[in-house]
Amino acid sequence: MNGVHDMGGMDGLGPLAPEADEPVFHAEWERRAFAMAMTSPTRGGRRTMERIPGPEYLRMSYYERWLTGLCMALIEQNVVTAEELASGRADPSQPKATNAVGPEQIRRTLTTSGSYMREAVAPPAFEAGDRVRARNLNPLGHTRLPRYVRGREGRIERHHGTQIYPDVAGEAHPLYTVRFSARELWGPDASERDSVSLDLWEPYLERA
Amino acid sequence: MAHDHDPHDHPSHGRAGHEHGQEPPADIALRVKALESLLVEKGLVDPAAMDALVDHFEHKVGPRNGARVVARAWVDPAFRGRLMNDASAAIAELGYAGAQGEHMVALENTPKVHNLVVCTLCSCYPWPVLGLPPVWYKSNAYRSRAVIDPRGVLKAFGTELPEDVEIRVWDSTAEIRYLVIPERPAGAEGLDENALAALVTRDGMIGAARL
Repeated sequence: MNGVHDMGGMDGLGPLAPEADEPVFHAEWERRAFAMAMTSPTRGGRRTMERIPGPEYLRMSYYERWLTGLCMALIEQNVVTAEELASGRADPSQPKATNAVGPEQIRRTLTTSGSYMREAVAPPAFEAGDRVRARNLNPLGHTRLPRYVRGREGRIERHHGTQIYPDVAGEAHPLYTVRFSARELWGPDASERDSVSLDLWEPYLERA
Repeated sequence: MAHDHDPHDHPSHGRAGHEHGQEPPADIALRVKALESLLVEKGLVDPAAMDALVDHFEHKVGPRNGARVVARAWVDPAFRGRLMNDASAAIAELGYAGAQGEHMVALENTPKVHNLVVCTLCSCYPWPVLGLPPVWYKSNAYRSRAVIDPRGVLKAFGTELPEDVEIRVWDSTAEIRYLVIPERPAGAEGLDENALAALVTRDGMIGAARL
């Protein structure tokens, strides 16, 4: 979706303010909100956070987005009722869950690498060096094709094999790193040397 | 600005650590507490698992892991070769693996090429080697500016790159996670691997700074 989360290339979103000796979390609520969002069997995650209304998304801090995404997912998937969320008390007529993630399970998840790779169903359409154009696609659902590369030409830098395609459940497609020159993306005032590389799936690309 | 504070004044209250205009609402701590007690009561979360997750990110992972990878690459050419060829496998040799580090790629800085990593759509970051990202990496400002004005972003970090240095920005749009291997600082020839690792900064491994 063409949401405000797709912010590459925008101006006016505030000053860049690095903080010296930054702690991992700045407040206890951040620890608890992130830990709940990460251990809850019902996950919000980026797909849900992207659907936070734009003005609110821009105003929220990072962990507030996680908290909001978690609450949205709990309601949308009928795991928690709106009344329960408002009152903070469990409705005794609702069944109690038995699938809470335990400490060992979360430690395993955090320290064991899964894989997003899948069996190739067809040979890749492109190889390193090929000129490609990012297609002008504007899906209403989740996509990893940022607006700032749509319609732009780049060069395949690397084929990463076939990986899970986040736009369509159950699909996997060849994934490529595609390099775009800064001038192709941002015009003649950009540096002639610089470039931006993105990881893009085959359905996002056409031969240039 | 109400949230302006002296950089040496360590943040000690709930409103620190947020970017411009993104201070959370005053009642957020209470809302989070209420939600936790609700989810525990409903059997949806286990406070012990939440504690384990927090402990993991506060004590088990962080930029020290990535610094060990970089220092090893500096002193061990065979390891460097494996790292550039298959970063996930090479990093796993040092015991670092897991969520958000499934498909790692190492990017080597040289005198003529500087790499900078961003995630414009989200805040994707290689957790096993760098831990959780700093506020600036997750900020709207960084996510929007890094791809269009990397030289300006680097200047905000006090790094001015000569015009003849090529900047390669990497927008982590898929599940590939990037680790920048900074150049080994001049004058560090006599140092052993541990002393070298101590020179490696988090910002250096994102590409926001040079060492």
